[in-house]
Amino acid sequence: MPLMNLRLARPKVIIDINRLARLSSISAAANGGLVIGALTRQRAIERSAMVKERNPLLAAAMPLIGHFQIRNRGTIGGSLAHADPAAELPAVSVVLGAEFVLRSARRERVVRAEDFFVDTMTTAIQPDELLTEIRIPGWRPGLGWAIDEISRRRGDFAMVGVAVLVQTDGSEVCKDARVALFGVGGKPARMPRAEGMLRGKTLDQKTLLEIARSVSDELDTDSDVHASAEYRREVGGVLTRRALERAFVMATEGKKI
Amino acid sequence: MSTRRVITLTVNGKSYERLVEARMTLADFLRSELDLTGTHLGCEHGVCGACTVLLNGEAVRSCLLLAVQADGAELLTVEGLAQGNELHPLQKAFHERHALQCGFCTPGFLMTAFAFLSEIPNPTEAEVREAISGNICRCTGYLPIVQAILQAASESGESSSESLSTPPARRL
Repeated sequence: MPLMNLRLARPKVIIDINRLARLSSISAAANGGLVIGALTRQRAIERSAMVKERNPLLAAAMPLIGHFQIRNRGTIGGSLAHADPAAELPAVSVVLGAEFVLRSARRERVVRAEDFFVDTMTTAIQPDELLTEIRIPGWRPGLGWAIDEISRRRGDFAMVGVAVLVQTDGSEVCKDARVALFGVGGKPARMPRAEGMLRGKTLDQKTLLEIARSVSDELDTDSDVHASAEYRREVGGVLTRRALERAFVMATEGKKI
Repeated sequence: MSTRRVITLTVNGKSYERLVEARMTLADFLRSELDLTGTHLGCEHGVCGACTVLLNGEAVRSCLLLAVQADGAELLTVEGLAQGNELHPLQKAFHERHALQCGFCTPGFLMTAFAFLSEIPNPTEAEVREAISGNICRCTGYLPIVQAILQAASESGESSSESLSTPPARRL
């Protein structure tokens, strides 16, 4: 709607899918994960006890999306398909390893979040396809998470944000880590180098600082009216360091770094 | 194919049927078709909150909805808050606390606060601030608005017979 109100989009035909009640649901998947219909309101996900219990990272991301009046109408599928580079859900779905069900009259296919986001407001959805379902894998013991962002005012789009997921092996060693920044490019920006630096390591302050520096170097971002590229690189590194520290403390149940 | 649709909806307890252009926003519909000009349009892209109304009990941006999408819905606008000449407790509190100056943003703040207090009747100041963070006011500096909402909440807590969340229109 904002795109049309600002006359940036002038579609000839609009099909309102809001009344497809079957696409609005949150259910428990057999693998311990979640299956969320694309039309589920963000507010419903925010209020869902099942989401809080099964996926604390997704639950924590919801209040960061706009304001409650926006979340009353905004849907999870709408946010993902819109693919605004500054939105939280695309980055969260990437670190969670979510899968999206795309349906058309021809077929149904499942696309990984990683492959779904192509560029600014551009996704793998074909013109005849509809995003119908979001599948989120089960939570595992030893997972730590964090999401953080910097915006001018509460509820504004993020100038820089980060979502992280850290998997420990039951001790203090990081088995796997996923880091995705948002608001810094056309699509959620995974940080493979930083993730590699975490694997097999016990996180200490020295490693954290090295990772922050690596993220700042690795970040390919532009300047715009909201923030300069230099600012985004600097803050991206700092936010990632803080988020990883919180996630690691959580995963190891309170070990000080 | 015709781009006009007949819609039926209830606004402030009154039922309406109108033939509307599919492209017309709900905000424009309320203002120009129903002459309910209390709903204000500021930014027209969901940022300022002035056009906030209740759609089936939930606060929404009426500039981000098409009128045809509200077919069959029950709406509450700022005109539905007062009961005759008797202001709603929130309106009284805004008046007493000087929570408005030019008044442009006020309908949006009132409807936002109304929806918020229906869900959280005894909020903390921090919760009030969070709740109104999606509405922009350029006159007051927000402090009197926060105080007015807290006052309305505490007054309704004292007179428990009348809940803030029950607007006159919805008692019908």
